[in-house]
Amino acid sequence: MTRRERTVDVLVVGAGPAGLGAAAELAASGVRVEVLEREQSAGGIPRHCHHGGFGGRGGRAGGGLSGPEYALRCVAAAERAGATLRTGITVTGWAGPRTLDATGPGGLERITARAVLLATGARERPRSARLVPGSRPAGVYTTGELQQAVHLHHQHIGTRAVVVGDEPVGHAAAGTLRVAGVEVVALVTGRPPEPLAVLRRGPGAPVLSRTTVTGLTGRGRLAGVTVRHEDGRTTTLRCDTVVFTGDWIPDHELARRGAVALDPGTRGPAHDTSYRTGEPGVFAIGNLLHAVESAGTAAAEGRAAAAPVLRHLATGSWPAGRTALAVEAPLTWIAPNLIGPGGEPPLDNRFVLRTGRRRAAPLFEVRQSGRLLHRQRLLLPARPGVPLHLSADWLDRADPHGDTVRIRMR
Amino acid sequence: MTRTVTRAGQPLPEGQDYDVTVIGAGVVGTAIARELARHRVRTALVEASDDIGNGTSKANTAILHTGFDAVPGSLEARLVREGQRGLAVYAAETGIPVERVGALLVAWDQEQLDSLPGLLTKAESNGYHAARLLDASRLAEIEPHLGPGALGALEIPDESVICPWTTPLAFATQAVLAGVHLHLDCRVTAIETGTEPGNEPGTGIHTLTTTRGPLRTRALINAAGLHADEIDRLLGHDAFTVTPRRGQLIVYDKLARDLVRHILLPVPTAAGKGVLVAPTVFGNVLLGPTAEELDDKAATESTEDGLALLREKGRRILPRLIDEEVTAVYAGLRAATGHEDYRIKEYPELRYVAVGGIRSTGLTASMAIAAHVTDLLARTGLDLGAPVELPHVTMPTLGEAADRRPYLDAVLIAADPAYGTVVCHCERVTEGEIRDALDSVLPPRSVEGLARRTRAGNGRCQGFYCGARLRALTARTRP
Repeated sequence: MTRRERTVDVLVVGAGPAGLGAAAELAASGVRVEVLEREQSAGGIPRHCHHGGFGGRGGRAGGGLSGPEYALRCVAAAERAGATLRTGITVTGWAGPRTLDATGPGGLERITARAVLLATGARERPRSARLVPGSRPAGVYTTGELQQAVHLHHQHIGTRAVVVGDEPVGHAAAGTLRVAGVEVVALVTGRPPEPLAVLRRGPGAPVLSRTTVTGLTGRGRLAGVTVRHEDGRTTTLRCDTVVFTGDWIPDHELARRGAVALDPGTRGPAHDTSYRTGEPGVFAIGNLLHAVESAGTAAAEGRAAAAPVLRHLATGSWPAGRTALAVEAPLTWIAPNLIGPGGEPPLDNRFVLRTGRRRAAPLFEVRQSGRLLHRQRLLLPARPGVPLHLSADWLDRADPHGDTVRIRMR
Repeated sequence: MTRTVTRAGQPLPEGQDYDVTVIGAGVVGTAIARELARHRVRTALVEASDDIGNGTSKANTAILHTGFDAVPGSLEARLVREGQRGLAVYAAETGIPVERVGALLVAWDQEQLDSLPGLLTKAESNGYHAARLLDASRLAEIEPHLGPGALGALEIPDESVICPWTTPLAFATQAVLAGVHLHLDCRVTAIETGTEPGNEPGTGIHTLTTTRGPLRTRALINAAGLHADEIDRLLGHDAFTVTPRRGQLIVYDKLARDLVRHILLPVPTAAGKGVLVAPTVFGNVLLGPTAEELDDKAATESTEDGLALLREKGRRILPRLIDEEVTAVYAGLRAATGHEDYRIKEYPELRYVAVGGIRSTGLTASMAIAAHVTDLLARTGLDLGAPVELPHVTMPTLGEAADRRPYLDAVLIAADPAYGTVVCHCERVTEGEIRDALDSVLPPRSVEGLARRTRAGNGRCQGFYCGARLRALTARTRP
């Protein structure tokens, strides 16, 4: 007994907002699209994000749907358009260019597609990957595990929790903890306090800023989290639960196994404004590209990838060398991070970036071989964990066969 | 044969006394119980925690040693040599994953390079003749990602990596299937050695006070690992003291596996064996261990300094490793006694064998230790009778290099679609494998126990995707 070999026009790996968005657009154009999802139900991370804010206009945050409602809407749109959604199917590796092996309860398959879209999303780095020392007690979570435990499995969590991180996902984790009847002792972040944070947030746990977690204590069950303030003061926060939030990493295993080149900043596949990776016929979309942006952004990227995928199906062409974009600290990444030969603009004519440090009135400078291509002042402060946007108006001034384009923020 | 596995809340069996009781169900205790299971003696295996292999045995470097660097002529040297052969054969029979990747003792300076010929001679005096010296260019050829400055190496082609979890699990499963009683959550707190009326002095029954009630046994084997000295003292001895030596380890992601082909050992110094980089049978890369003398036998914490030290050492050995994602961090405690050999001693008058000071080589030597201890026990006057065949056991397919993990096995999936349903995505563990573990002779009691039987939850996401589901599955089977 061997693998069932099949072919499809487009194979999408991952049925989160990005994969489903791409599948809906492509299927609507009459292309044969198949989406493979390793979870038992499609919809991606929003399935267990019970807070609101999903489904805003234009694919941005701020909508009136809960995560599960939004996930259902994404699934329905893809199915209505005629895409084939298959859940409980795990893509296990590559058998050749644009040929993937998959495992499901129905057996083993080998699927060759004219175009492959990787939409495998992102996950949070767990405690171990952050090298937080101490004991290894029960009661240690990432937001993803916490949300599934509470919303999908209705499990008992604990009584007092510390949340590590104060990005939006940290606040979402705190919300989930409160829903589960857990008292949130504090949110801990190494970053300086946000100006006017008090005004932005409702009543809740204190945010301990400029503070890092130095260890976990407790044998069997978590007993406390030791922290150190940047001025050297240390203390132990007594708690039986800790949630490590944020610190996202693209789930790039399949990309790497397929020798798809990664961008050093995002750790996702290097890609151009048409979502093309370094491998002919392999596109990448959504949070695989850059770790976590909103579900709306991931879905919009998926939909936007449909046109270049259709072009590729029609022409079969693929650019050879492309110029890379690179950021300087405190910027941590930019996406897209390759310039395509045609100078096609990115989604909404802007690049997305992240910063590791706050800047009050940030000024972007874009240079190639020392030549200034673009300067742009941002109106809002640059903050870690929040997307920054750089206009793509300078694209036609860049040499698509020239040196790396460097972006700095002052 | 009825299977007897008891745990907290259940009574210990009443009635007939045990002929032999083994204290401690680590890799050594389970190996001894398995060896005794071949004989017609009523054997109990008692364990303080809620699972077998739950102490030193679960957190080590998982190397199947050749014993090339043992102290020639020591008991350890002999038992490691014999144990390595025995365990290699046993692993092949039962499906315990082993990969013969070979080891390289890498010299990073002239002094280390100069000491390699001496180590080659030592290997030969330990009966190991396949070691050979490599020059820098050959070394760079076979281990291309090694950091700059490596001057040469001693190659030990037979050093292997093994699964530290299925080894004691196989021993314990086979022992239980052959009639050994396993009592979990059963900590021994006192031992009284009496003389039965009408019996000769020295033939008395040991009455163990345990956290689950009294247990009577004629002979006693102390394989309590870190706590072996405490058990020994309960019998009135003061022969040795176990000092825990902590080893912190970092497990790197499977995507780092291509960076290393051999077990990369440092050249040993007076300070110990040092930090190694090694592949694991699960397809990861291990960096460690530290060596810290402690006095707390439960101090399996990792520390900021320990992890920083490992990263510093690792960066020199395999620079690209440090940029890879970390999957797990753990720490184990080896049972050091301040004595360069195992402390195995029989007390015929007490029908007692103490098995102390079984250090990092215990996994490799476990089967030979078991045979040696059983011989000693026979010498204390216990009639073991002729050995019988044990029931065959097959361990789950945990090795990454296995011919076919269940998720890749079309025949298996066609027969049972549960093997095609992946639950733990990072480790590719299927619903069928988890169900099998929960239905096994020694079902896990926790998600950690499930992880040691299936790999589920051990991967890079550490539960982000599957943690809640695994907890639900494990909880469902609890009483």
